Amino acid sequence: MRPVRFNIHPKEAEIADAIGMGKAPDGVPGDGFFATQLSSVVGLARKNSLWPLPFATSCCGIEFMATMASHYDLSRFGSERVGFSPRQCDLLMVMGTIAKKMAPVLRQVYIQMAEPRWVIAVGACASSGGIFDTYSVLQGIDQVIPVDVYVPGCPPRPEAIIDGFMKIQDLVGQESIRRRNSEQYKALLNSYGIQ
Amino acid sequence: MSLNNEMVQEQLIAKFGDQVSQFATSYGMLSFESPKEMNLKVLQFLYDEPSLAFTFLTDICAVNYPNQTGAELVVVYHLHNLKENIRLRYSVSTSLDNTDVYTATKLFESANWMERETYDFFGINFVGHPNLKRILNVDEMDYFPLRKEFPLEDQTRIDKDDEMFGRG
Repeated sequence: MRPVRFNIHPKEAEIADAIGMGKAPDGVPGDGFFATQLSSVVGLARKNSLWPLPFATSCCGIEFMATMASHYDLSRFGSERVGFSPRQCDLLMVMGTIAKKMAPVLRQVYIQMAEPRWVIAVGACASSGGIFDTYSVLQGIDQVIPVDVYVPGCPPRPEAIIDGFMKIQDLVGQESIRRRNSEQYKALLNSYGIQ
Repeated sequence: MSLNNEMVQEQLIAKFGDQVSQFATSYGMLSFESPKEMNLKVLQFLYDEPSLAFTFLTDICAVNYPNQTGAELVVVYHLHNLKENIRLRYSVSTSLDNTDVYTATKLFESANWMERETYDFFGINFVGHPNLKRILNVDEMDYFPLRKEFPLEDQTRIDKDDEMFGRG
């Protein structure tokens, strides 16, 4: 058996008196004001109000339903309103097996999303095709769209989906404002054939 | 007395003689085969004959036997007599070079999609089918996935961990 290599030093949450305080971004505090970078403020606003688009195809979709339900509430993280219209959502959550016939549809949904947009691949099938290495299953959605966070699992537990969501929140909070106009991002989209 | 497998077999042999063969019973279901040119005649007889009345087509599928040269692809029809509750398996075989089989769509409407699926996965050309194109796979696919010559796993992947797949 191979030894465990990941997550062997879990972070302790800073909770005192049963209250955990969120970390403020770097800035200059003052008497009635707080000066910081615009990108930090924008990132803070965006990350705490992500609107996900659940592209739930199979079993991972059921785990997402559990995540959105009251026990593992995803709306604690700001995603109270899940939308099913790509025009209004920030985060595309692809949960489940994507068949090769579904790949152009997924691409179309991604293209219809407005910037800034992030993609999270939930589960083994969305990340790499999972156990279905066969003629009909797309071996990972990153063959058609760029992905930001992959959540492994078959299916991942709701805690794991929440962990992936929190990693997306970290990415959103620290993203620079000009990233979507940068050459690197354009090159990334071009490599997928998306303008 | 109600219909049973022996009566079906007798009536088939009485009508078609030695052109129907390989009668066998597995798990209570009679199966037989005939040359592929006869498939419509046999299906029509099973449908029209009032004592047989196999008017329900349950499934059309195919099997690929790569070792039987000349009869590599076998098309299997599963028929059902709804009144007497008798099921029947009828197979015709065809070779890889000439995969034409007459279509059963004039007799059974449901054969339309079933034959499309069989074409999609095995490449059997159903002569006279109104709309023979791929139904479940991607339209641009140019191979037939369920033939034995097509490998099970994608050979181009190099990142699969053999230990995790039980092969290490």
